[in-house]
Amino acid sequence: MAFLDIHHLEKSFGALRVVKDFNLGIEKGEFVSFLGPSGCGKTTVLRMVAGFETPTSGAIRIDGQDVTAAPANRRKIGMVFQAYALFPNLTVEQNIGFGLRVAGEGKTETAKRVAEMLELIGLPRLGSRYPFQLSGGQQQRVALARALAVRPQVLLLDEPLSALDAKIRVSLREEIRRIQRDLGITTIFVTHDQEEALSMSDRVVVMHQGVADQVGTPFEIYNRPATRFVAQFVGTLNLLDADLMDAAAGHIRLGDVPVALNRTLPGRVGDRISLALRPETVALGRREHGSVVLAGHIAEVHFLGSVIRIRVTVAGQLVSLDTFNRPDRPPPAVGTPVEVSVSDRDLLVLAA
Amino acid sequence: MTGKRLWSWLAVVLGGLYFLLPLVGMFDFSLRMQRDGYSFEAYRIVLTDAQFQQTFGYSVGLALLTIVLGILIVVPTAYFVRLRFPGLRPIVEFITLLPLVIPPIVIVFGYIRIYNTSSILPLTGSWWGTNILLLFGYATLSLPYMYRSVDTGLRTIDIASLTEAAQSLGAGWSRILAIVILPNVFVSVLSGAFLTFAIVIGEYVFAALLNVNSFGPYMVWMGGNRAYEPSALAVVAFIITWACMGLIQLFTRFSKFSTVRR
Repeated sequence: MAFLDIHHLEKSFGALRVVKDFNLGIEKGEFVSFLGPSGCGKTTVLRMVAGFETPTSGAIRIDGQDVTAAPANRRKIGMVFQAYALFPNLTVEQNIGFGLRVAGEGKTETAKRVAEMLELIGLPRLGSRYPFQLSGGQQQRVALARALAVRPQVLLLDEPLSALDAKIRVSLREEIRRIQRDLGITTIFVTHDQEEALSMSDRVVVMHQGVADQVGTPFEIYNRPATRFVAQFVGTLNLLDADLMDAAAGHIRLGDVPVALNRTLPGRVGDRISLALRPETVALGRREHGSVVLAGHIAEVHFLGSVIRIRVTVAGQLVSLDTFNRPDRPPPAVGTPVEVSVSDRDLLVLAA
Repeated sequence: MTGKRLWSWLAVVLGGLYFLLPLVGMFDFSLRMQRDGYSFEAYRIVLTDAQFQQTFGYSVGLALLTIVLGILIVVPTAYFVRLRFPGLRPIVEFITLLPLVIPPIVIVFGYIRIYNTSSILPLTGSWWGTNILLLFGYATLSLPYMYRSVDTGLRTIDIASLTEAAQSLGAGWSRILAIVILPNVFVSVLSGAFLTFAIVIGEYVFAALLNVNSFGPYMVWMGGNRAYEPSALAVVAFIITWACMGLIQLFTRFSKFSTVRR
């Protein structure tokens, strides 16, 4: 059994089912992100783990113990909130020491642990400040230290970086990951930002309408999306409609162009299927062996700096592709006839 | 100076005179006890009067107890209404405003009817009972001021997040209220407390009808029996009230973490 075990979890608010049969096992020391748009139920699952919401049905076990009915203050869970939620009337030291004080730790013990935590978050000299005297990034670090000071079994992070500006966000997410690795603490991180989820996590849970659409490593989630939603939500994607010609041999037709995928496909002859391909897997021009080559013409060119995003009309449908900028080679003009090639392995067939 | 400004100043001066002249007159009168000029003789008599000291001390004590009771009732109520039962807010607000709508004389007659010596709970029959009744009555009178200010204070902090943060760190309700919520609405509690203090100090109707010898009835008795001393007493009462208002301002402005606003 996993360290944190979420078993057939359901939550309804009135007639609205916001979490549907959610199952997940998280190993000790693992960093798992819940990724999804707002309203997908990711925060609700997190709040049920924290004990702030009561599940309609299902069970939550931590280290073999059923905590489903335990009140929030008995769960030994550390939580970091989007709005920091530092106690404004307490200094940084008092904030970090709050949980230890509640647990009845001695003064010297507490002071030692607080100093340790301040060192860990790299703010050893700000202990006597009040929260309003700190920047947003510093406040969130203190909130992290406060959650970790009591040595919780599980750390929950509820969009902790959303209120910060872009630069701080990147540096703080690296720091959170470093601290998490150092302490080996089991962590759930809720975010709607795919870059955060992909860059930080051991595994990502992509949630959609209360259901975990896919659970996998960032690499799997990005390269082998299991559903149309995951494919569309994570990263940029080209979606093409095609007709299935021969499922066993893997023959499809893209507009008028026959394409051989050289693998067995689900479905029957004549089915309409969706093909997905990432812009970075499509190349301008004809490539060698094993590639599918499609003819079309340039429809749009967007110069983004290091990357140039080009849209090509292929078989009546738009395909985006990315190429690196090269100073000696200006981007092609709109209307130019071109060929694009893509490896047949990178053409993903999506379940509807 | 433009004509518009002139009119504004005129309005301010007229308004100021309207309010200040009676006070100046009263103050002037309170200083004229001795024939041969101004003196603080009336004040000396009032302040050294044993009855003044006794009734004033009693009222101050009762006011402080009222404040403590008011905090104990209002802070948890306002907190849980905001956190858990936001739908009840209009109802609770209506209830807390009732003491402004129902005249004190009606309330106190209700008390006397319910808690008289031939009732199940004969509070008016003993000294302790009467004092407790008066304390509860004053706590009721202070509700509108206490609730409003505490509720306003709670609005300025994110009580839901703070509560959850404290819970996840292992704190129970009493600790959350005492360490996290109360200190953060302390300035609001204080402004409610000073208003309560000012009300209780001079309250007459409850005290007189429950036959308690507090500062309010003493002032009325003084007014009926002396000439200069009542004016001195009124000035003293005014100063106390104004001092309370001044303290509200002071505490609001110099609170250590009052710059924290979410």
